[in-house]
Amino acid sequence: MSTVSTRRKPPRVGDAPLFRRLMIGIVVVLVALVIIAPLVIIGVEAFSKGWQLYRDTVIHPDTLHAVMLTVLAALIAVPVNTVFGIAAAWAITKFDFWGKRFLLVVIEIPFSVSPIVAGVAYLFVYGLQGLFGPWLDAHDIKILFAVPGIIIASMFVTAPFVARELIPLMQAQGRDLEEASTSLGASGWRTFFSVTLPNVKWALLYGVILCNARVMGEFGAVSVVSGNIRGQTNTLPLHIELLYHDYNATGAFAAASILALIAVFTIIAKVALERQGAGRVRKTDNPAEKTS
Amino acid sequence: MKIHLENVVKTFESFQAVKGVSLDIESGELVALLGPSGSGKTTILRMVAGLEYADGGAIHFGDQDATDIPVRDRGVGFVFQHYALFPHMTVADNIAFGMKVSKVKRDRAAIDSRVADLLRLVRLEGLGDRFPAQISGGQRQRVALARALSVDPKVLLLDEPFGALDANVRRDLRRWLREIHSELGITTLFVTHDQEEALDLADRVVILKDGQIVQQGTPQEVCRDPKSAFVMKFLGDANVIAAEVKDGRAHVGGLSIEAAGVADGRGELYARPRDIDWSVEGPGIAAEITRVLDRADGRRVLATTGAGEALEFDVEPERVVKAGDAGFVTLRRAKVFCATLRLP
Amino acid sequence: MRRRNVLPGLPLSLGVTLFYVGLIVVLPLAALAFKAASLGFEDYWRIVSSSRAVASYRVTVLSALGATVFNLFFGLSLAWVITRYRFPGRRIIDAVVDLPFALPTAVAGIALTALFANSGWFGSVLEGLGIKVAYTPIGIMIAMCFTSLPFIVRTVQPVLEDLDPALEEAAQSLGGSDWTIFRKVILPLLAPALLAGVSLSFARCLGEFGAIIFIAGNQPMSTEITALLIFIRLEEYDYQAAAAIASVLLLAAFFMLAVTNWLQARALRYTVKG
Repeated sequence: MSTVSTRRKPPRVGDAPLFRRLMIGIVVVLVALVIIAPLVIIGVEAFSKGWQLYRDTVIHPDTLHAVMLTVLAALIAVPVNTVFGIAAAWAITKFDFWGKRFLLVVIEIPFSVSPIVAGVAYLFVYGLQGLFGPWLDAHDIKILFAVPGIIIASMFVTAPFVARELIPLMQAQGRDLEEASTSLGASGWRTFFSVTLPNVKWALLYGVILCNARVMGEFGAVSVVSGNIRGQTNTLPLHIELLYHDYNATGAFAAASILALIAVFTIIAKVALERQGAGRVRKTDNPAEKTS
Repeated sequence: MKIHLENVVKTFESFQAVKGVSLDIESGELVALLGPSGSGKTTILRMVAGLEYADGGAIHFGDQDATDIPVRDRGVGFVFQHYALFPHMTVADNIAFGMKVSKVKRDRAAIDSRVADLLRLVRLEGLGDRFPAQISGGQRQRVALARALSVDPKVLLLDEPFGALDANVRRDLRRWLREIHSELGITTLFVTHDQEEALDLADRVVILKDGQIVQQGTPQEVCRDPKSAFVMKFLGDANVIAAEVKDGRAHVGGLSIEAAGVADGRGELYARPRDIDWSVEGPGIAAEITRVLDRADGRRVLATTGAGEALEFDVEPERVVKAGDAGFVTLRRAKVFCATLRLP
Repeated sequence: MRRRNVLPGLPLSLGVTLFYVGLIVVLPLAALAFKAASLGFEDYWRIVSSSRAVASYRVTVLSALGATVFNLFFGLSLAWVITRYRFPGRRIIDAVVDLPFALPTAVAGIALTALFANSGWFGSVLEGLGIKVAYTPIGIMIAMCFTSLPFIVRTVQPVLEDLDPALEEAAQSLGGSDWTIFRKVILPLLAPALLAGVSLSFARCLGEFGAIIFIAGNQPMSTEITALLIFIRLEEYDYQAAAAIASVLLLAAFFMLAVTNWLQARALRYTVKG
């Protein structure tokens, strides 16, 4: 559609030249002001005191430690949420069971709940005044104000990401392929790896990338459960806050530029995956009905 | 492999899709399950395959009770309505899949040569490297069949095998499926809502309605001797004329038609368009022509009886008839059934 | 009656799902609800209706409303321009719409603060016009706008893309003006998706924390959002108050979740062809 010259077609609604230019103009300006400018200022501020200071901030042991912790959280939370997402999508799309719709809503809850609320909620499970707190304390297991707490809080905020990419797609694809595979004698695992997975791989990767971006950038929930101990339980977003409140704005922006870079890569990966058809279920996505 | 269904029942939520169906399919037979949508035909097929489990009753394959055998161990070949070809695999990989996942290990060369044989069987030599999206609907259908046959199934099951194809392709594939069946002699059960397809292809036709078998037999038996008004209407166009039944004969407009076994009282005559004759003079049922349709193979006449019943029948192309003509119809052949409740 | 599944893996996959959802989602939220409930009604009411808490609800809800209204217009225009017009840079705009989701909230927070501070690029211009943004409720609104913008764009865009051109052509052939067709044909078809996007966006604004605390002045009674108040209560080791106020946000989230689900069900009823 997009390659066909629009000039020779009768105008659609809103195609009047003046209106069109006006709309494009307003939107482009607003996007530049609202979305692009914040991204640009990160770079500008990060290098405002020169390359040397930028480098010093980035390779400072506290920053590096924060980077390591952020990566560690992602390395654990993302695979766990991926396994969860696949399991949930398989159960929900390949079977009918009582309470399925309710389960779907429950899975989406973390998207609606404020990260601060999530953090507080975890306090009442693993904190001293919480359900398991006293027991954990007696056995000298530290979850809150320690790395495990950060990871668990990250898992909460990002739990739905993979599931919600897979579920609509696998729903649209139906059960025919899996039934065909099973009727040909394939085992469940074989069916999953040879038939299901290859047809959802882009959507899966899409979910994983979005999940990763959110884990690495999570601030609210993590700031409640981490205890903010510099060089110990500081993830990169928390480290940014710390530097900022230390009146080291340049340092904060330098650290922020790392996360901004990850965000830009995430967007690029997202666009690339959308070209492969991930991210949106179209009516033609049922491969069993695809026509050439 | 002989298949025996014994009082099979299946309920979805609160809807009883199959209500106690018993059926025998002889070894090597080609049987059609024919019925309108919602008649339970696909559910029966899926239960034979093991893609659904029966809620009650039993399914036997030969002497073996197959009711509880899961689909992967049941040894059936299933052709899905929309083929369910794996879109990320080539045609050859699709056909090879069943052999690769089989518990019986085969070496690469054995699989390849079997795939080549199957491609030849379904006349798709040279298309093994294509992906399903790159071939036509009819070709996809044949790939689906080859894939189903690759596991040497004891039974071949097809769900609306030609449903998604256009009329010409459908007719060719029908003949060809019949040939394959004669060549392999495999017990085959297929589902269709198209009576012509069922009659053309099957050794035996099983007609279903509301989850129950209403009649079964060879195409000749069901066509020549429909046991109910439903079967009569479902198998082809039929004209319905109200009649009075008395002592085993139906009477209308001076005509008297054999109606053995029909209770006295109101009855209905069912006649195919080709079994109605038109004449200007009586005796017969008075009617008036409302429209004449010219077709490649004759003239179709639409008429209304004195009682207001709409009729359709065929006359020879040379016959001079026109709208507004009054005359009489006589019935060369007709079946009489008890009157069903009909809205006026 | 036998109820068995043809495809394998239900016990394993459902088991994993329920275990994980139970442990990660349900357990902590239940613990929070339990904690809030254990306060007793009087204490609970005293905390959640304290003037500082009520002021925080007020500023949170009003800012969220303002941000959502702005995003309703901006998001709809953005979706419209991306789907209906072809112009250089369209793909880039389409891509960067997701930046607010991808950019960590803390990063967005400091970037917006730098832009809107008195000495910043935008702040200094607005200062000249007599408008103060940073450390005022307007700042909160701007942070909310930024983080919730993609919701409306991304829920409206697919519906706009799938809109059957024949509907507009029919309306045009009947002699409708562009504006009439937009109001009477296009907008009603977009409405369910638009509303679903609005409710998602509003819910996100209510819970937003990271992007706001940098740009808001965080002054009690005027620029202190509810999420921050919870955080402050925690830092004061007043866990009961934190639990009580958090439960208010949680209830608001559940309410918005219900609204969104209802709207999305309606949207589906509209777009899915039977």
